Amino acid sequence: MGSYILKRLASAIPVLLGITIIVFLIMSLIPGDPATAILGSYATPENVEKLNRDLGLDKPMVQRYFIWLGNMLTGDFGRSFSLNRPVLDEIVERFNATLVLAGTSFLLCAVLGILAGVFSAARQYGWTDKAITFVVLIGISVPSFFLGMMMILVFAVNLRWLPVSGMYAIYGGGDLPDLINHLIMPALALAAVATGVIARLSRSAMLEVLRQDYIRTARAKGVPERRVIMGHALRAAMVSIIPILGIQAGFVLSGAVYIEIVFQWPGVGRMLVDAILKRDLLLVQGGVVFVAACYVLFNIAVDVAQSLLDPRIKT
Amino acid sequence: MTLFLNLVFRNRLAAMGAVVITAILLLALLTPILPMHDPDVTATADRFKRPFSDGHILGTDHLGRDLLSRLLHGTRLSLAVGIAAALIAAATGATIGIVAGYFGGRIDNVIMRVVDMLMAFPYILLALAIVAALGPGLMNALIAVAAVNVPFFARNIRGITVGLAGREFIEAATLAGMGHTKIILTELLPNVLPVIVIAMSTTVGWMILETAGLSFLGLGSQPPQADLGSMLGEARSAMISHPHTSVVPGIMIFLIVMSINLLGDGVRDALDPRLRSGALSRPRATTLVDRKGPLPAPTNDLLSIRDLETQFHVGARTYKAVGGVSLAVKPGECLGVIGESGSGKSVTALSVMGLVASPPGVITSGAVYFQGEDLIGAAYETLRKKRGDRVAYIFQDPLSTLHPLYRVGHQLAEAIQSHQKVPNHKARARAIQLLKDVRIPNADSRIDDYPHEMSGGMRQRVGIAMALANDPDVIIADEPTTALDVTVQAQILSLLNDLRRDRGLAIIFITHDFGVIAQLCDRVAVMYAGRIVEEGPTQAVLDAPAHPYTKHLIACVPELGQGRRVLATIPGLPPMVDDLPLGCAFAPRCYKAQDKCREREIQLLGTKPRAVRCLFPEEPV
Ligand code: SF4
Repeated sequence: MGSYILKRLASAIPVLLGITIIVFLIMSLIPGDPATAILGSYATPENVEKLNRDLGLDKPMVQRYFIWLGNMLTGDFGRSFSLNRPVLDEIVERFNATLVLAGTSFLLCAVLGILAGVFSAARQYGWTDKAITFVVLIGISVPSFFLGMMMILVFAVNLRWLPVSGMYAIYGGGDLPDLINHLIMPALALAAVATGVIARLSRSAMLEVLRQDYIRTARAKGVPERRVIMGHALRAAMVSIIPILGIQAGFVLSGAVYIEIVFQWPGVGRMLVDAILKRDLLLVQGGVVFVAACYVLFNIAVDVAQSLLDPRIKT
Repeated sequence: MTLFLNLVFRNRLAAMGAVVITAILLLALLTPILPMHDPDVTATADRFKRPFSDGHILGTDHLGRDLLSRLLHGTRLSLAVGIAAALIAAATGATIGIVAGYFGGRIDNVIMRVVDMLMAFPYILLALAIVAALGPGLMNALIAVAAVNVPFFARNIRGITVGLAGREFIEAATLAGMGHTKIILTELLPNVLPVIVIAMSTTVGWMILETAGLSFLGLGSQPPQADLGSMLGEARSAMISHPHTSVVPGIMIFLIVMSINLLGDGVRDALDPRLRSGALSRPRATTLVDRKGPLPAPTNDLLSIRDLETQFHVGARTYKAVGGVSLAVKPGECLGVIGESGSGKSVTALSVMGLVASPPGVITSGAVYFQGEDLIGAAYETLRKKRGDRVAYIFQDPLSTLHPLYRVGHQLAEAIQSHQKVPNHKARARAIQLLKDVRIPNADSRIDDYPHEMSGGMRQRVGIAMALANDPDVIIADEPTTALDVTVQAQILSLLNDLRRDRGLAIIFITHDFGVIAQLCDRVAVMYAGRIVEEGPTQAVLDAPAHPYTKHLIACVPELGQGRRVLATIPGLPPMVDDLPLGCAFAPRCYKAQDKCREREIQLLGTKPRAVRCLFPEEPV
């Protein structure tokens, strides 16, 4: 198992390099002088000269890439000019907030989605199945940002059950109950679409499995139906559900950008949008590479989970 | 094509989606000629008018602009941008995919590497990076969304192209000296196009949503121009005081995305042949029973099947898989049931414990008595308690009938613990003993194997051990040796024979191989087209088969006991059980068939213990 993890980690290296190359190439699409573009309104002659020196902007592209890569490997993601602090510090701080939000959402959508899919499949064409299918259909069609806004309107403004936005109350907040209070709506809004997708695919994975011969064997042994569904069938269906979870995690992470804007959550998505609007390109560049790298690592974890679940995968 | 459209529209939801999206498209197309306010004329005096107030059906926004007019213009813009993005992504992605798939080799390798890397990004990061580099704006948002979706198309189309590139017509074109470009354009593209269109239809809703999302973030369309996303984004600051300005564009996005989703689902379902045949239905825990008329009387056998009829209901058609079968076994007796595939022998066996998949299976008549108790009408829990405990099954292919993700020890222990309250360590000890009973070497370590780690013969032994777990009275073995090679087959048969003698088991042995019957069974019943056509003691039937079909079957086994597994062909095919001819079902293949054979139902007649269903039997019985 340990060697399998190492092998998967090693295979991630070219992907990570590829990600940096792609981001680098995209950033070199910026029209005009890069230093002026990066600095924007902070472009004093000294700043321009310093940036040219730090990033090697006067050098050829290949060399520039390696300077940038080298800097990142030593933890130097550059300096955000709009915030006047190191890019990495800002990213790490913001990424924590995103992890809280996206992580909660991911857990929600995984658990709710799989359960809904299993129930739907177990009661195929029954009214539970139809009700779930209907809710799922609505769930995957509502834009998450619109859903978030409507939730604020109903639960925060009209019913006053939950706070409108932010991560902590400004006065007297900061403890866990306060965080949870602030987390409920954005986490649900963010989970909606992914829950729908996971429910749908879990349902068809379960239906596929329930037709297999080994399910008939389990029934022929006299295994109680509940165990047939929640044990034999779900266990086998998980083999095709887990990769879906990996993909959906990417969608949750993406959707977090919208939800962070709607709920003013101090996460990395909102940071990126602000940075784009302020043309703080080093912050954008660093943020994109950082989050993408985390996502690649997460997917390795998914693969490892898959290999633990399925003994047929050669480790 | 019309068939395809019919399939799509049979799905009511898909039809609804089609109607809604068509209406929205029409409205968007007609927007410029509809008599409406100018969407960009501001009137600060008329800010935030409620819907249905003078002249503004949907009210006005924060600058006093007519909301209906803005909504329709916004919809137009959003649709245009989304569709444009889809077209660009499809065209670029398909080109890349075709090139990679067609040329293969190094080119394919490099391209797919890049595609994989692009797919390693959460899509929005890539879109944000592109917008960051190009600057906010609707055109740039469009480019970003299109670019992010290119890998999806490239990968799908490449897969299809690789499949096509190896086909003869492409090779023929190459040999004919056609250039690459010409082959791609005239031979490949027409075949790939439908796939591109389908992939587009399932992603265009997504792309509309994505461009709207970027606009919502302020990175797409810039004022005064507004698509649905930026309308929603601008309305957000006034959401609490004037919710209608947010609700209106939000619902429009929702409607668009949902109708496209519904339509896309309809298309996908229509294309998936499994859904058409109803094969994606989940089998229930027990077979459906729908019996009419009085039940046949019980007998004093251990297990007796009486006048059993099992049908498959697929759509409007009814397949009579089992048409009135009666069989019985006593303790320690082995009954062979033989027939070609489709003769109804397996369905008969599975009907006993309600294991026929339903849908589509329905038991429509007859009874199965176990020690005098009818199992067909029994409640689920009664049946479950007998399954594997009193009546156990051994199935054909143990690779697909054992759970691939559970260790065999777990599966054995579970068989025990489903019927007996036994602590785990005892169940495990018993499982090891069972493996030893079926002569698996190194049972102590083999118990922790997964099924895929064992050989076919070993797996089948596990299947037998599982059937023995609760010391059942009857074992129903459904072609348990078909997947095995001849020597292993012989070992398994002698194992079953020993078990029968040692434990007094009754065995119903289903096979298509007379050689196997000769080795193991006391009596044999021959099935054809869902009915028994001959029965009797094995030796008597072997020596003097009465039914022409039985004679054929026996002739197909060159040397008894050599365990030939494949039936030599009998001219003609077994009949479809949904379309049985009147009279003898075997008549179309029978060398002795006469007009009389096709006139009316033929009875199963003879002096006990033999019987035959034939007007002109080979031997009188
Ligand atoms: S009834 Fe007639 S057709 Fe049927 S098997 Fe006998 S001889 Fe052949």
